[in-house]
Amino acid sequence: MNAESLSYIFLSAFLINNFVLAMFLGLCPFVGVSAKRDTAFNMSLATAFVMFISSLCAYGINLILTTYHLEFLRLISYIAIIASAVQLVEMILKKFSPTLFRALGIFLPLITTNCAILGVALFQTARQYDFFQSIAFSLGAGAGFALAIMLMAGLREKLELSKLPNITQAAALSMMLAGILSMTFMGFAGLGGQI
Amino acid sequence: MKQNEQEAITLQDFTAGLWKENPVFVMMLGLCPVLAVTNTVENALGMGIATLFVLVCSNALVSALRHFIPKQVRITTYIVIIATFVTLVDYIIQAISLDLYNKLGAFIQLIVVNCLILGRAEAFASKNGFGRSVISATGMGLGFTLALIMLGGVRELLGAGQLLGYPVFSDQFEPWVIMILPPGGFIVLGCWLLLINYVKQRRSTLAMTQNAAASHCTVPQQH
Repeated sequence: MNAESLSYIFLSAFLINNFVLAMFLGLCPFVGVSAKRDTAFNMSLATAFVMFISSLCAYGINLILTTYHLEFLRLISYIAIIASAVQLVEMILKKFSPTLFRALGIFLPLITTNCAILGVALFQTARQYDFFQSIAFSLGAGAGFALAIMLMAGLREKLELSKLPNITQAAALSMMLAGILSMTFMGFAGLGGQI
Repeated sequence: MKQNEQEAITLQDFTAGLWKENPVFVMMLGLCPVLAVTNTVENALGMGIATLFVLVCSNALVSALRHFIPKQVRITTYIVIIATFVTLVDYIIQAISLDLYNKLGAFIQLIVVNCLILGRAEAFASKNGFGRSVISATGMGLGFTLALIMLGGVRELLGAGQLLGYPVFSDQFEPWVIMILPPGGFIVLGCWLLLINYVKQRRSTLAMTQNAAASHCTVPQQH
């Protein structure tokens, strides 16, 4: 497969280099919000949406910054974009689905500090993706984040029903589970190898 | 007088971050760099020092400006302050060691979204004086570095059979490649957490049995 093709970029971000399980981005919500499947699903939808919006804006901003040779402002402007996109999602949710807004609670503003989102913006700049490649990349990353967090939530719901030794409390067991998930995701490397 | 009160508790502030409230093992903050760059001790150390620098500088500035920052825009202000120091660190590392810069990659810039730094700015530096904030941030940063080195040490030792680039085992040692790959990060952190939980529980049960034994001994004496 051509490494520049849109389908390869999408698959690579979605499965081969899964953002959570292979690149370790967005671990805080992965550990924090994965206790129940429906909250996990809503959270991943909100995150994927913010990722898409901020990736588009980051592409535009980067064009402006490189034209005027202001690359040192890149990090600050990306963060500002992400913070505003999160604010946007917050307003939309508050208006159209107050129940969901309350369910997500504190985790909604915390999307701002989700490294996966800044990661998408930074990686697409570093790899010099064009407009459509950036879209494919951000969609793949969002889908990959949703997949990982949903798998984890399913596993943790099952774990609630089983007897566990005391020392596996808190995040210890989640980490071991994530390790096993990550090992299975390495199997996808056969689809096309690392970038 | 007020100054004295603040100085009196600084030692505790410093040591809390090192182990008791260790950002990685106890508070589970800033996990992304913890797992992503700890495949060798060298990377772990570089990342730890970079985070320590950003943490101390941004907390100092936030604490110094805490009376001037309006409440409504405080998070945005903190993020901008942090982003400024991260940009600084980014260029400094590039100037000192291009090799390390290439190894850490985008993760230096991702220090901006390390929840540990924003968390400390919001929870501690915005409420406490300059000196206390700096001391506490130093403790937290050192605790973070310590955790990174603990993970990086295990991963490099088992995954490559060496420490800081020097071979440790004889030629017969077969490296556990999985330890340098992504799953190794999760598994090593999981094992450390299990170990810490085990030690904590053992200690609390020991204390409980000792207390019970002590009260058992004293009760008959009183009668």
